[in-house]
Amino acid sequence: MPTYVRTDKCDGCKGQDKTACMYICPHDLMKLDKDGSETGHAMKAWNQEPEQCWECYSCVKICPQQAIECRHYADVVPLGAQVQPLRGTDSIMWTIKFRNGNMKRFKFPIRTTPEGSADPYGDKPEADTSDLTNHSRLFTDGTHSCDMSQFMAS
Amino acid sequence: MSEYTFGNPEVVEEECDILLIGGGMAACGAAFEIMKWAEGTGLNIKLVDKAAMDRSGAVAQGLSAINTYMGENDPAEYVRYVRGDLMGITREDLVYDVGRHVDDAVHNFEDWGLPIWKQKGDEGKKLRDGGKPVRSGRWQIMINGESYKWIVAEAAKKALGVENIRERIFIVRLFTDKNDPSRVSGCAGFSVRENKIYIYRFKTCLLVAGGAVNVFRPRSVGEGTGRAWYPVWNAGSTYAMAAECGAEMTLMENRFVPARFKDGYGPVGAWFLLFKAKAMNAFGEDYQEKNYELLKDNGYDRYAMGYAMGTCLRNHLMMIEMREGRGPIFMDTPSAMAKLAETMTPREIKHLEAEAWEDFLDMTIGQCGVWAGENIEPDKEMSELMPTEPYLLGSHAGCAGLWCSGPEDLPGTPDHYHWGYNRMTTVNGLFTGGDGVGASGHKFSSGSFTEGRIAAKSMVQYCKDHPDIQPELPMSTDEIVEEIYRPVRTFLEHKDYTTAIDINPHYITPKMLQFRLQKIMDEYVAGVSTWYQTNRQMLEVAEKKMVMLKEDSLKMRAKDLHELLRAWENYHRIIAAEAHMQHIKFRKETRYPGYYYRADFRDINDEEWKCFVNSRYDRNTGEWELKKVKWKPLIAVGEKEPEGMKHMGPDL
Repeated sequence: MPTYVRTDKCDGCKGQDKTACMYICPHDLMKLDKDGSETGHAMKAWNQEPEQCWECYSCVKICPQQAIECRHYADVVPLGAQVQPLRGTDSIMWTIKFRNGNMKRFKFPIRTTPEGSADPYGDKPEADTSDLTNHSRLFTDGTHSCDMSQFMAS
Repeated sequence: MSEYTFGNPEVVEEECDILLIGGGMAACGAAFEIMKWAEGTGLNIKLVDKAAMDRSGAVAQGLSAINTYMGENDPAEYVRYVRGDLMGITREDLVYDVGRHVDDAVHNFEDWGLPIWKQKGDEGKKLRDGGKPVRSGRWQIMINGESYKWIVAEAAKKALGVENIRERIFIVRLFTDKNDPSRVSGCAGFSVRENKIYIYRFKTCLLVAGGAVNVFRPRSVGEGTGRAWYPVWNAGSTYAMAAECGAEMTLMENRFVPARFKDGYGPVGAWFLLFKAKAMNAFGEDYQEKNYELLKDNGYDRYAMGYAMGTCLRNHLMMIEMREGRGPIFMDTPSAMAKLAETMTPREIKHLEAEAWEDFLDMTIGQCGVWAGENIEPDKEMSELMPTEPYLLGSHAGCAGLWCSGPEDLPGTPDHYHWGYNRMTTVNGLFTGGDGVGASGHKFSSGSFTEGRIAAKSMVQYCKDHPDIQPELPMSTDEIVEEIYRPVRTFLEHKDYTTAIDINPHYITPKMLQFRLQKIMDEYVAGVSTWYQTNRQMLEVAEKKMVMLKEDSLKMRAKDLHELLRAWENYHRIIAAEAHMQHIKFRKETRYPGYYYRADFRDINDEEWKCFVNSRYDRNTGEWELKKVKWKPLIAVGEKEPEGMKHMGPDL
């Protein structure tokens, strides 16, 4: 169920050492063909092991040129459909094209804070080192209330 | 720089106090928790991930729900739910521990920017301020989770500091100490980007590298091979590396076989729970109702309370239909949507339809591809359901994994459940979480993150208690390099012997080795081709074939770094598969009907088998030692729990 890279759009991330898709693919599938020896298309990326593609769309979503699309796996799915996202900083837009030409479009939020702004600790408490061996407490002190009468031994 | 080549890699040796191996939810939880407890200790903490943390692990694609959130429920009820789903045998101490801490994880996710659906009137109100979530089940809450992992990783990376994180390093071997084989000393792996081998020495590590996928032959074997339900990059590395260090494993006979939309493996939970859709056989019959009485045949009914029953038993009722030729099984999505539409405005219906599609788009985009390719619109046409190939995991509706020490503060915890450090395995200094911890399923994403936090805290304590550990590896650097790069050497030595790069009597490609493993597991160890059935004789055949497969694994070739990655992943798969096979062979009952059947022992047999099965692997002899371990419940049996829960199992 592989993603593919369009020759008319991919710019090899402008000659950087690695492309965005190479950076992100969780399964190490995307590869930059620097000299064209592997694909015939120099300085463009390709999916080197399509039968191992989970179709997680990480490469599709991150590509700055929108050069990556998905042709659903040929051994199972009839040709002609396409599911394509456009991921922004706070939402993602999906266009679903059916084999029969029907279209659906959806837009969903993806985060409520600006990209890069997640502050792990913010105004959270400090760890109290005297609690290091206390299993009922993690540093944030957000333990759920516990009805101890539910234990057989209580 | 240029002196290092594919055949002659650079060796980078590093030392730290604590190494986090993996970058998924458990590793992110550990990164978040550990820096606070480590403040002022001077502990040197690092993380290695074989991918990029922004999109690594099981949540890479996103999720449409968080499946473990207590909210108004007491953690004891969560324990009852988990043990009910996993046929009675769970480590209730570990499950409870996750339950009491898990909501805090979710509250942090919301602080960092994860959109969590709220009930009408509570929009914009945070969970921690009393905002009521939209439930799609007793334990699930709905989210807009496309960027779930991205957001969590962003916080985790900041907590740990990017300078302490190395991505694209695949750790493949974990070592015990040269002078003390009862504890860990380090690990080794390689970069999948550069010709570099990495060797780490440490006091303690958190091994959280996920479950095992593609151990069994998948239903789709062409391009669709990658469309596994669980992420295809989960290669059993957690189980294999721990087993090779002699860590005790538990319930490795357990597996997960999700029943999902056919071919795309899209989630059914929201359809069942949120939209109230029903499943039926080819003739429109409700097979759950129809086959319910059949549960009595093998004592399976003792683990069902009305229609509340474990995931495997629901599978079982479906499989009866398919085995008997009354498939396909359909999910009646049109009726469900029509029924909901009766009381809704067109605008609300449109919103509902978007929610149904989002359920896929947030976590299984491929399912949309299947529906779009086959012109299936769920309000007009039903969709097929199918049980998938088996997966080994410990965080979803399965409980394979490592035998871990738990918290000792819960009332009634027996001594054999804890030996000092929470989430430490039986190898000193080796901790795990998420899919790695056995006998405590249903943690899911939030629970795995939580377990990483729990383990992290313990690891700091471990380092405080053992300041003088001087880790020493049992192998020399040369030996390690030789072993890790063996597939590369094999390739370079023999590649010119034939004209076809993939056909060569001196080596086997990782891909073909994987096919061989999958064929053995599928045909003899209860894969899809036998409808999940096996017996002693079949397992013995498998065992014999596995010996030769393991021998041949030393002849895998790697023509580039990408193939070296695949070679080691498949080596890990073999060890995980072997554990699974040995455990199934040892447990002489069918504890998880609908996940697998011992055709020679079809009953559930509480008298002899309501207990854990634990194993230990000896890397030097290749032998597995298996034993029964006493199961003990902590939480009182509730009114709504089935009869089987009351059985205490054999005296051990």
